[in-house]
Order: sequence, then C-alpha cells, then structure tokens
Amino acid sequence: MFIIVVGGGKVGVSVTRTLLALSHEVAIVEQERDRAERLDEEFEHRAVYGDGTELFVLENAGITRPPDIVVAVTGDDEDNIIICQLAREKYGVEKVVARVNDPRNEPHFDLLGISPTISATSMVLALIEHEVPQHELVHLLELRKENLEIVEVEIKSGSSAEGKRVEQLRLPETTRLISVMREGKAEIAVGSTELHAGDQVLAILEPGGETELKRVLLDGKIRN
Amino acid sequence: MKALIVGCGRVGSALAKRLQEAGWEVVALDESEEALGRLGEHWPGEFHVGHALDISVLESAGIRDADALVASTDGDNTNIVVAQVAKLRYEVPHVAARILDPARAKFYSGRGFDVVSPTGTAIEALTESTLGSVRA
Repeated sequence: MFIIVVGGGKVGVSVTRTLLALSHEVAIVEQERDRAERLDEEFEHRAVYGDGTELFVLENAGITRPPDIVVAVTGDDEDNIIICQLAREKYGVEKVVARVNDPRNEPHFDLLGISPTISATSMVLALIEHEVPQHELVHLLELRKENLEIVEVEIKSGSSAEGKRVEQLRLPETTRLISVMREGKAEIAVGSTELHAGDQVLAILEPGGETELKRVLLDGKIRN
Repeated sequence: MKALIVGCGRVGSALAKRLQEAGWEVVALDESEEALGRLGEHWPGEFHVGHALDISVLESAGIRDADALVASTDGDNTNIVVAQVAKLRYEVPHVAARILDPARAKFYSGRGFDVVSPTGTAIEALTESTLGSVRA
C-alpha cells in the first residue's frame, strides 16, 4: 500500500518505521526543516518538508495518486482535521486516520465526519479509571456512532440514592439505568429496583450527562 | 444584532469596533488577555479569553444566539474549523472566515460560509495595479 503520514513527531516516525518494515510505500511530511532533513536521511528520501495543510506540499508527497491511506498525526488538531478533509474531499483518498491531541476536540472530528480518530489522552485516562478501584464513575464503552456511552457507578453509603427505588430518582431524560450488580449477581434495573450501598450500577447515557448522573447517584443526603 | 468575533488581532479588533459603532452587540474572543488592549480603553462589548476550538468557551461567549460569527484568528486552519463548527453545529446564520492561503480559500468556498482571503485580494490588486501601469 501507499501511505502518506503527516507529522514527523514521535507518533508519525514510529508509524512510518513500522509501515516501512512491513514493506509499504510511505511518504512522511514534516514542517520543521531540521527534523525533516533528519527524517529524510533516516527514511532514505521519503520525507517531504513543508506544512502538510498546504495543497502543494501534499501534492509533493504524492497525494494526487492518491494514496490508500492518509495518516494525520501532527500535534495540532485543527491541522489534522484540515489534512483529512483535503485528503478525502479534494483528492479522493478513501481512508484517513486522525490523531486527536486534546479530547475536547473530539466533537469537531465527529461533526466533520473524520474517523477513525485516535486519542492517546482518552485511552490513557480510560485505562487509569479502570485501575483506580475507588473511582466514582468508570467509562466502560463508547458507542460513538450512536452517540451513547455506558458507564458504571458504585452507590456509596450515605448517598441520596441509597435506599431509593429507581423510579424515585430524578434522572435526566438522556440517561437510563441498565442493571444493578449486588453481591456478584446482576439484575436488570426496573422502576421498583431498590438501590443499596455498594451496588454497581450500569447506566447508558448521552456523552456529557455524567455530571448529572453523578449528582443523582453519588451526592450526599444533606446538601447546603 | 449580535456578532461573535473569534480572534481579536489587528483585523478582528478593528472589525469588532466597526460593528459596535454600527450598533451591533459585539462579543470578542481571543486566546490572549492582552488582545483586549486592541479594543481601546472603553470597550463597551464583552471580551472572553479562551481557545477558539473550545466548545465551552464558544458557548459562554454566546455562539448559540449569535447572528454572525467571524473567524479571524491568525491560523487559517483554526478559522476553517471554527467556521464549520459555527455553521454545522450551531447553525449561526452568517459565518465568515479569514483564510490567508488562496488555495485553501478556494477549496473551502461555497460551503455555506463566506471566505475572505486577504492574500488573494492582495494578489488581485497588485496584479491589477502593475498591469494597469503599462496600460495607462
């Protein structure tokens, strides 16, 4: 395959090395001159110097052929978005892969239909959540296309939700409880299900609803 | 009418002042607090500090009820993304973006927001001026 990698930082360089080792044809674009020269040496004239959001730079890298995949892994999310839009919409590249540096920018990639995206920050955070046993709310699954996510929350002793039935909770419209796990046994959460301290509750919600869910399930009984 | 000016440099600040003088409610947004100085000593409008792509910043600056948004940061790509977000996500009635690179300006024309390319305009004007000198 022919692949253009835009961004000669650690990610771009590692990806390029691996792809070359797998006998793919690769061009790597880097906008800093010194770095581009070093890469050109290491990768035997496969580096292109320039701003990868400039059309002529992408064309120097061979984008008009077009490549099978364009990988946008610069440190700027807006640049990665533009690279992917140009690749797909101007040059007819069928597959793009984009790096998301700041997870807060993920909605912009989604809005403009750029996928798949890879966000190291989000992945590390998700891993950490799983490793911290006392974490209040753990993200278990993201259903990106459906714009839903599944999270797990543990009911604490002394929280306002303790002893309440599901139907008594003031859950937001966009959130539903799925199941309650108690002493190793799970049951589907229905209106009459009573929540006890220590219960592991699975909930499905639209992203952004976590704060409200935490407020309903975790906040203490006495609020000032 | 309410305008949100994203990027308050030379262009953004001058535009903000002009719109304000014309009776618009103007909210200016910039990454740097110092940009407020460009709006003069008695800026009557709002000024927000934050990154142009940050949805919470755009929302607190009032993108939801803005009649117009102008993306005038010093980054072409930032302006292009902000303009698309304003148009597609928030359906701001009028959106304009400053895009210096004529190639990108051309590619992003005709997508529901105005593209203003100072570089393109300069090329046109200087070409006209030079060729015109021979004709005259």
